[in-house]
Amino acid sequence: MTEAFHTELAALFPPARLLTRPAQLLPYESDGLTAFKARPAAVVLAETRDEVVAAVRLCHEHGVPFVARGSGTSLSGGALPIEDGIVIALNRLNRIVSLDPEAQLAVVEPGVINRQVSLAAAPHGLHYAPDPSSGPVCTIGGNVAFNSGGAHCLKYGMTANHVLGLTAVLPDGELVTLGGPSLEGVGPDLAGLFVGSEGLFGIALEITLRLLPTVAHTRTVLAAYRQLAVAGEAVAQVVAAGLLPGAMEIMDRLAMDAAEAAVQAGYPPDAQGLLIVELEGVEAEVEAEFPRLMALLEASGPFELRVARDEAERAAIWKGRKGAFSAVGRLSPDYIVQDGVVPRGRLGEALDEILRLSQAYDLRVANVFHAGDGNLHPLILFDGNREGELERAEELAAKILRMCIRLGGSITGEHGVGVEKRAFLAEQFGAAEMDMMARLRRAIDPKEIANRGKMLPVGEAPALSQRGPHPLEQKGIIFRE
Amino acid sequence: MSAGALERILEAVRSGERALPRGGGSKPALSGGATLALDGLSGLLEYDPGEYTFTALAATPIREVEAALAEHGQYLPFDPPLAGTGATLGGTVAAGLSGPGRFRYGGVRDFLLGVRFADGRGQALMSGGKVVKNAAGFDLPKAMVGSLGRFGVLLELTFKVFPKPESYAALRADFAATAAALEALATLAKGPFDLSCLEFEPPGRLWLRLGGLAEAVPPRSAALAQLLEERGGQVETLTGPTEEALWHELREFSWVPAGHGLVKVPLAPTRVGEIEATLADLDPTPARRYGVGGNVLWLAWPEPLGEARLEAWLQQQGLPAMAVTGRWARPLLGRVSGEGFARRVAEVLDPEGKFRLPEAKVRS
Repeated sequence: MTEAFHTELAALFPPARLLTRPAQLLPYESDGLTAFKARPAAVVLAETRDEVVAAVRLCHEHGVPFVARGSGTSLSGGALPIEDGIVIALNRLNRIVSLDPEAQLAVVEPGVINRQVSLAAAPHGLHYAPDPSSGPVCTIGGNVAFNSGGAHCLKYGMTANHVLGLTAVLPDGELVTLGGPSLEGVGPDLAGLFVGSEGLFGIALEITLRLLPTVAHTRTVLAAYRQLAVAGEAVAQVVAAGLLPGAMEIMDRLAMDAAEAAVQAGYPPDAQGLLIVELEGVEAEVEAEFPRLMALLEASGPFELRVARDEAERAAIWKGRKGAFSAVGRLSPDYIVQDGVVPRGRLGEALDEILRLSQAYDLRVANVFHAGDGNLHPLILFDGNREGELERAEELAAKILRMCIRLGGSITGEHGVGVEKRAFLAEQFGAAEMDMMARLRRAIDPKEIANRGKMLPVGEAPALSQRGPHPLEQKGIIFRE
Repeated sequence: MSAGALERILEAVRSGERALPRGGGSKPALSGGATLALDGLSGLLEYDPGEYTFTALAATPIREVEAALAEHGQYLPFDPPLAGTGATLGGTVAAGLSGPGRFRYGGVRDFLLGVRFADGRGQALMSGGKVVKNAAGFDLPKAMVGSLGRFGVLLELTFKVFPKPESYAALRADFAATAAALEALATLAKGPFDLSCLEFEPPGRLWLRLGGLAEAVPPRSAALAQLLEERGGQVETLTGPTEEALWHELREFSWVPAGHGLVKVPLAPTRVGEIEATLADLDPTPARRYGVGGNVLWLAWPEPLGEARLEAWLQQQGLPAMAVTGRWARPLLGRVSGEGFARRVAEVLDPEGKFRLPEAKVRS
């Protein structure tokens, strides 16, 4: 950060909202992927869209990289700061600009919390469908950047399927409006292209979301199996029967242990595989589907079938599942959450391979996955204080991702590439595709300043690097502690 | 696809000044100036019903795909339009067209998972994937939807599919006044009814479709009929082949009179009432339907009214539009958003302007 840049930044943001002291920067050094840390030169707490635009334009002018940040829940390092860059914190842009129940639309600022959209829509009998496990904390801006998913993607899709339009500031300061207030559009679906661009296309300032009618009726069933693979086979049978549940989730023993330790979910203690299936829709339909589902599940060989009798029991089943990631923290000092996708039909094969790798690397792996769409979330447990364990865990994670590619899947279903899987994108796509994406990125961001170092390798633009004490440090403007 | 067909298309892109593909020709307003035939680019490549996905060559007719899916009780829930007229998968994507079924689970944008396409340099590129969930890399498949071929020649497409409801019923509800019909439309659109389709035919007719299990559909349709009757609607319930024929006709736009050009106008459903009022002033009044719960106006524009008149009306209403059939100077009309961004994408995928439509002059 040059002095000139700092001076201009200070002219845009009052001292209370321009953080440069190490103690102030500390909370921004990491996101949900805590294995990575980087200290930015500054963090600005933007309160208006004009401030965001001004900050982006200033960064462009000075060639300073920036990272937009909401709640910092990214599991792929998407909000990891860039050394010598700035973080533009968007939490204070948290207004629901409008909520039109007749049009079934909500227009929100990027700092609005995912769950808040559904809470605001609930009195109108509506909800916002994408439900990542971090929903009570994560922001829509982050959801848009990373095309977040959740447990209910099979039926209703991911964030991209619920964003109709957005206004964004591109990394070179141009303001664009993509999409509109309709479910339909004409011309290329550019709002769809923007979603999931991992912050590389700039910052969404206002997002138009589609709201769906509140789910009228649900039936939530928990099936406990003595073997994990049998739970996977049950999923295949439900799919083959033509049922379309809202969610199908599987947890293995270790994931259940974690959930038990954290929230006492009450899962059967001797289950090796747990399947949660949720039917949802209009009552007549769900109640007609329910006996068919039960017949399928009974035939699939569970030793216990539990049907949630009321909302409290349903919530208890989901509480363990949604809390599983963070619950693993109870079992291990450190862990890596992976996010690969395999074709549904190869789930069993994938699980066998993960088990084999877990044994070979002598590291425990807990498995939680969105079985309906083949989205695996292996949680690799390790102790970073033990010599070489982090490296072993990362190697194991890499093998899992390569397996996903080999089986015809993807290195990420919903967490994004971020910094974590940057090396693997070029294995999933060819050189020509990587080149095309790099050129596309430069067409939108000529200086490659927007979330530099995420998704794509850093290109030809010179990286800002400093050695020794920072010039501003020498002047006593910034500190290192 | 034979390697020959692919190589021929890539070579045509490399050597030609323009590369404007034509699939089934079911949307003449969009394929009039086509220079590139897609012979040999047809056929299903992979289909595993257990995965809910298939991959097919871009010029595969929708009809062929739907027949293959139906054998396994599956379907493309967005009801790709003009299948009976020969529409292909690629043309449906490039035109960004979805039919009545878009209401329930989303449109072509929501079911397209991956694409293989030729860029302006004549190289084949992949984007997206072949699994139902994937967040790796830029989502070019989305950008291809509605792109009118501007970003590349589509070669191969992967779609998500769903199990098809085993039973359907349709309701036709006639209201004496437009206002009453629109009130009922709004109630149905935002209510927990899980309708497959919801269409409005001015001045006062609603079409509803519900699909599901055989034992659940009759009570659901009876409850909806009662709700509509309480709101003053005259309701008739359709089932079986009559019901199927009805939706087939809507997908084919067989209601569009001769000498009219079909135009797609996306809009917020809350604007249907005011739009209706302004259209009623035109002479001759264009035939029209509103699909997807009022999110799209399908306008049959009478040739005598002329393109300039439509453009003026769209500008006045602040709406974008795309021509589907009929003769037009350019396919995109009115206020199309995002041109600045689209141009940047086109500079990368089509640096020499080979995919530019002959008369395309779109505005941001």
